[in-house]
Amino acid sequence: MLVLARRVNERILIGDSIEVFVVDIKGDQVKIGIKAPRDVRVYRQEVLEAIQKQNVEAAQATPETLPDLRGLLPPGTGL
Amino acid sequence: MRVKTKPFGEIEVDERQRLEFPRGIFGFEGLRSYLLLDSSQPPFYWLQSLERPGVAFVLVDPRAFVPDYQLDVAEEDLAEIGVESPDELLDFVIVTIPPDPREMTANLQGPIVVNRRTRAARQCISRNLDYGVRHRVLGPAAAAGRR
Repeated sequence: MLVLARRVNERILIGDSIEVFVVDIKGDQVKIGIKAPRDVRVYRQEVLEAIQKQNVEAAQATPETLPDLRGLLPPGTGL
Repeated sequence: MRVKTKPFGEIEVDERQRLEFPRGIFGFEGLRSYLLLDSSQPPFYWLQSLERPGVAFVLVDPRAFVPDYQLDVAEEDLAEIGVESPDELLDFVIVTIPPDPREMTANLQGPIVVNRRTRAARQCISRNLDYGVRHRVLGPAAAAGRR
């Protein structure tokens, strides 16, 4: 991993088309700005990881038949 | 075509029920082809992998349980699956069903979007970070009241 120290307003260029800006630093929080082409996804890592984990759990937990949900659904659901 | 499914065993399905996920689903990126199947209990559906019969997800329309649910995803995500108008768009969320079904949760953070016309689909990351990956679908009050 490449580790760089940057001050506020300094930039990092990644490849031909991605720019990372240090927008602000307050206490232990860094505000980072990212300019990237539309097809490059930019995610907070913990959000992506949470979704992946939940997908795996959902797939493992999926029963072979749906449990009987009668009486559990809000009125009017499924009509 | 005949396919092996987790919920229904081997069944005959129509090509029109097939969805292609160019990027797969998070955590299952290698699996691209799925079937969208009705379940015996609307508004739930099955998303069955065509490549791995043991992989299937239960989907639901979140609006059945979250009255003010709004799909909030990047335009680029929709453009990627060729969505040209809102009526081409279908969206669902993946449900996790624990041993006690009253504890069922829906992943509102990672909605599944489908283009009805092209049959392309993807899982997006919602821009609304108030939505969690484990949203109680039946609600504690609802669960308590129905016994």
